[in-house]
Amino acid sequence: MISIEHISQSLHEALSASLNSTLVLLIEMVIAGVLVIALFAVLGLVLVFMERKVSAYIQIRLGPNRVGYQGFAQTAADTLKLLIKEGLTPDGADKFLFNLAPLVVMVVAMLIMAPIAFTKGFQLWDINIGVLYVSAVSSISVIGILMAGWASNNKYSMLGAMRSGAQIVSYELSAGLSVITIVILVGSLSINDIIASQQNGWWIFKGHIPVMISFIIFVIAVTAETNRAPFDLAEAESELTAGFHTEYSGMRFAFFFLAEYVNIFVVCAIGATLFFGGWMPFHIGSWEAFNHVMDFIPGIVWFFGKIFSLIFLIMWFRWTFPRLRIDQLLNLEWKYLLPIAMFNLLLTTLMAITGFYFK
Amino acid sequence: MTKEELKNKISDIIPAATFDEAGEWLNVSIDAIDWFPLAWQLRANAELDFEFLFNITAVDWKTHITMVYHLRSVKYGHIIVVKAKCDRTKTEIESVSKIWKTADLNEREAYDLMGVKFLNHPDLRRLFLTDDWEGYPLRKDYVDEVNIVKL
Amino acid sequence: MQYEEVATTEEGNLVINVGPQHPATHGVMHLVITLNGETILKVEPHLGYIHRSIEKMCESLSYRQFIYSTSRMDYLSAHINNHGCALAVEKGLQIEVPERAKVIRVLMDELTRVASHVLWWGAMAMDVGALTPFFHAFRERELINDIMEETCGARLTMNYMVPGGVMADLHPDFVRKVKDFVAFFRTKIDEYDTLITHNVIFQGRMKGVGVISAADAVSYGCTGPVLRACGVKCDIRKLSPYDGYEKLNFEEPLETAGDSYARYLQRMRELRESLSIIDQLIDNIPEGDFQAKTKAVLKLPKGEFYSRVETARGEFGVYIISEGGLTPYRIHFRSPGFNNLAALDHMARGQKIGDLVAIMGTLDLVIPDIDR
Repeated sequence: MISIEHISQSLHEALSASLNSTLVLLIEMVIAGVLVIALFAVLGLVLVFMERKVSAYIQIRLGPNRVGYQGFAQTAADTLKLLIKEGLTPDGADKFLFNLAPLVVMVVAMLIMAPIAFTKGFQLWDINIGVLYVSAVSSISVIGILMAGWASNNKYSMLGAMRSGAQIVSYELSAGLSVITIVILVGSLSINDIIASQQNGWWIFKGHIPVMISFIIFVIAVTAETNRAPFDLAEAESELTAGFHTEYSGMRFAFFFLAEYVNIFVVCAIGATLFFGGWMPFHIGSWEAFNHVMDFIPGIVWFFGKIFSLIFLIMWFRWTFPRLRIDQLLNLEWKYLLPIAMFNLLLTTLMAITGFYFK
Repeated sequence: MTKEELKNKISDIIPAATFDEAGEWLNVSIDAIDWFPLAWQLRANAELDFEFLFNITAVDWKTHITMVYHLRSVKYGHIIVVKAKCDRTKTEIESVSKIWKTADLNEREAYDLMGVKFLNHPDLRRLFLTDDWEGYPLRKDYVDEVNIVKL
Repeated sequence: MQYEEVATTEEGNLVINVGPQHPATHGVMHLVITLNGETILKVEPHLGYIHRSIEKMCESLSYRQFIYSTSRMDYLSAHINNHGCALAVEKGLQIEVPERAKVIRVLMDELTRVASHVLWWGAMAMDVGALTPFFHAFRERELINDIMEETCGARLTMNYMVPGGVMADLHPDFVRKVKDFVAFFRTKIDEYDTLITHNVIFQGRMKGVGVISAADAVSYGCTGPVLRACGVKCDIRKLSPYDGYEKLNFEEPLETAGDSYARYLQRMRELRESLSIIDQLIDNIPEGDFQAKTKAVLKLPKGEFYSRVETARGEFGVYIISEGGLTPYRIHFRSPGFNNLAALDHMARGQKIGDLVAIMGTLDLVIPDIDR
């Protein structure tokens, strides 16, 4: 059976046979870089199209349906439009930071991609602190947003950036705490270990109530962290026109736009890895026959299936709920989510010690 | 309160007021100088209790300008119309925005379009037109050769 | 004013312009707001971006013509505005309107009210960040527009009410379509409730926000749902009924809290009330003329004529001063939106920016109605 694992392995062997190890590493890095950028571009196109179709379905509309088959080329056309559009820099802006901000946001989104295991043996960087790395790097994106808001020299951008700063910093906490529950159960920070531990069932089922609680907290927290409705205060368009990217146009705006979607993809990938076993097929304990049937579906299909289900959930939120107010947003985090997450952490620890979960 | 009772009540406050009972509501005509004392009583007197100033109109009669105030009592449901006569060259009348807050914006509108100066208004500025606009468009002698097309 | 002056230049205070082009103002309105962090210290409306001075234009239009310009004021209550003007002219000329015309007018008024409130519902939800209800609202409004289009020939600026009755007779399909619509719409209001009214986030955004007391609301000249949400009866349809409202059996719903949520519930209840009025009338449209016989050229006698109607936003007054000529000597419109806007500053002080948008949503401002 052809699997991606074999492709990457055979490529490595083929390269090592003729070249020295430094050159091999260099070439492999270039390939990885190209693949990440390609994935980015494709993700941007697919997710934007998906969002438009999902929202159209919820809003009893048709959505894009003219360009290409069923409007599939619409996002490509939009990207082309953004590419050839003039990128304006406002007069009073801090030009250096203004131009740097979209790049920071983009680069952060790209960096988080590194430890994600797409399928068995197909991972850019098998780092032993994968989960810690992800939560550490993802909080850098707030710098990019603050930079954009401040450098635009626009009051709306400024307000949006301040909101975003308060929001991301607070919600990092509950996101982190809900991630830690899984780390406690697994006993490792490595993404591969976490996935391997779900060989006999995903954590959402094995860990029952505490893991379900932490999954709910995780979904709420990452929705807030990615600035998606109902937590889209940073760009609340009925209040702040477009929030921190009010002054951005052309490709710089597209970077923010793309980074938003890639961030959603990444956090959903983390969620899928932690709670739904990443690329691990649906296994039930010792039902060998059933598990074997499930193994016939490739890991990459499982992984992307899980991610897109989660993304659909987050999109569903966006097109259904009204937006929270800034004080309600912070109340929700500090008065409800954080205490619940901490209590849940305690519960999980007890559960891990007593072994009161499905093994 | 009936028209007759209102009439008696108001002539007690402003003896110089003249009345016109022909229409649907009681019309009271007074001088601009009497307006504020009357307004104060209309609002403060518990039997009159005109809480609701629902319409303010400025009318240019070419010889003078009349401010028309439509008042209603939410409690009793009676309505009166007060017409205060102002001089056309020196159009001044006391503001009633202290008594009815709705007068704040409505008086600004009357100032903007009809040029009535409201004394002691908290913030008397142009409302619709630009600050450097010349003239008062709703006055009958306003000339604008560009924008007003005579039929 | 009872407020102290807010120093706009003080350290830490931020002055921002909301509008003239801003998604929350639903048109070209300009608010200058002073902020301390996210908290609003002061809101000051700057108007006039679409001021057309309709009052001045009306002075050179005949009594048949001027009615049409009022459709352009509060374009969501076009029928009701026209109705108010027609009533004022009829008062002057002592025209007796045929029964059929009266019923048609009331039906059209109530359909307009439903259409206006439905659009408000969508826009209100959009103001608090839920984008989907807007499209759902338009689906229902479209049906009313279709009904209007068949009978009046227009979808927005109807110009259907004329002095003495209505412009044309009802379309043969009118009764059936309205019945279908009412039956369909009753299920949809329940859907609105599940989607927005009972939503926890929405209630959190609405309850206790933008509170105004009954005394203040009266003093600011608020009318319509804004005043009724404070528990003050002010429905012109009840206070001084016109064109047969006195014969109808309908409630004047009252909320008492005076906050954004009360204003929201108030309008939702009025929607249901309007449907019940339509129900009462749709089977009982009397036969007869749809327009009284009037002279080709109308000439109002010397005098003053004031008529009041209840639009979707509140009390709309038409004040005509006639000198006996072909055109009004002076005409003044008391627009509900203009007076409701006056209370915005009072409601928004001390609230957050997000609340300002929500409060503006509950005031249901239509900018051409404010600017005239």
